[in-house]
Amino acid sequence: MLKSNYSLEEGVLTVRLSGEIDHHSARTVREETDTLIQQKRPHELRLDFSSVTFMDSSGIGLIMGRYRIMGLFGGYLRVVNVPEGLEKLMILSGLGALKVIERQGEARESA
Amino acid sequence: MKALNEMELTFESRSTNESFARSAVAAFIVQLDPTIGELNDIRTAVSEAVTNCIVHAYKDEIGIISVNVRIMPENSVIIRIRDKGCGIEDIQQAMEPLFTTAHGDERAGLGFAVMQSFTDKLTVRSKPGKGTTVTLKKTLSRRLSDG
Repeated sequence: MLKSNYSLEEGVLTVRLSGEIDHHSARTVREETDTLIQQKRPHELRLDFSSVTFMDSSGIGLIMGRYRIMGLFGGYLRVVNVPEGLEKLMILSGLGALKVIERQGEARESA
Repeated sequence: MKALNEMELTFESRSTNESFARSAVAAFIVQLDPTIGELNDIRTAVSEAVTNCIVHAYKDEIGIISVNVRIMPENSVIIRIRDKGCGIEDIQQAMEPLFTTAHGDERAGLGFAVMQSFTDKLTVRSKPGKGTTVTLKKTLSRRLSDG
């Protein structure tokens, strides 16, 4: 079960995810997020992972796909509040190279 | 080697069953008193294997997936995920990180890489047109406490 909550403020679209991300649950979030990106054209997409309790490689696909789409629209992606339990998979995926991942408790001012 | 305990699940290749399968396997393995990290590794690896059956093996159909879990001596667990789907033509290529045939579905191509690094041993046997069997083995760090 994956729930998502969307908010848009000053051009920043925040998607708060809670629950488990897998191939089944990622689909709805992907479609809803992409629709909002196309409608609202945010300059930043912030995926908040603080309440994500499980994720398999479908979560990596979700992040990579949104990274690409935000790039196409000239915006950027931040993945924030990544719980410790998900770090192993994030590292394995090579997502670190994109420099979009921020751990839980890691505060970074946006430019 | 004889298993100390064993269970088997069979279910249809519907994506809603991805969470069912990994949760059921995790619930069975709890008797070995795994760490949270070990349990998460197993849930992740099972999720990848079952998703492969749904996305690839039974791409345009609903088929049966079976998951067999054996608890072995020395605190190890063997998980076998089997389908009777399309099979894999080139296993070596399928196991290469980032290789995927399901581009439209936004698959990262990491399924086998995740199974490999989240368990101790991964074996894949497949016959085109007949199906695929993925076997995962993991030894857990903690010993079962006596009594």
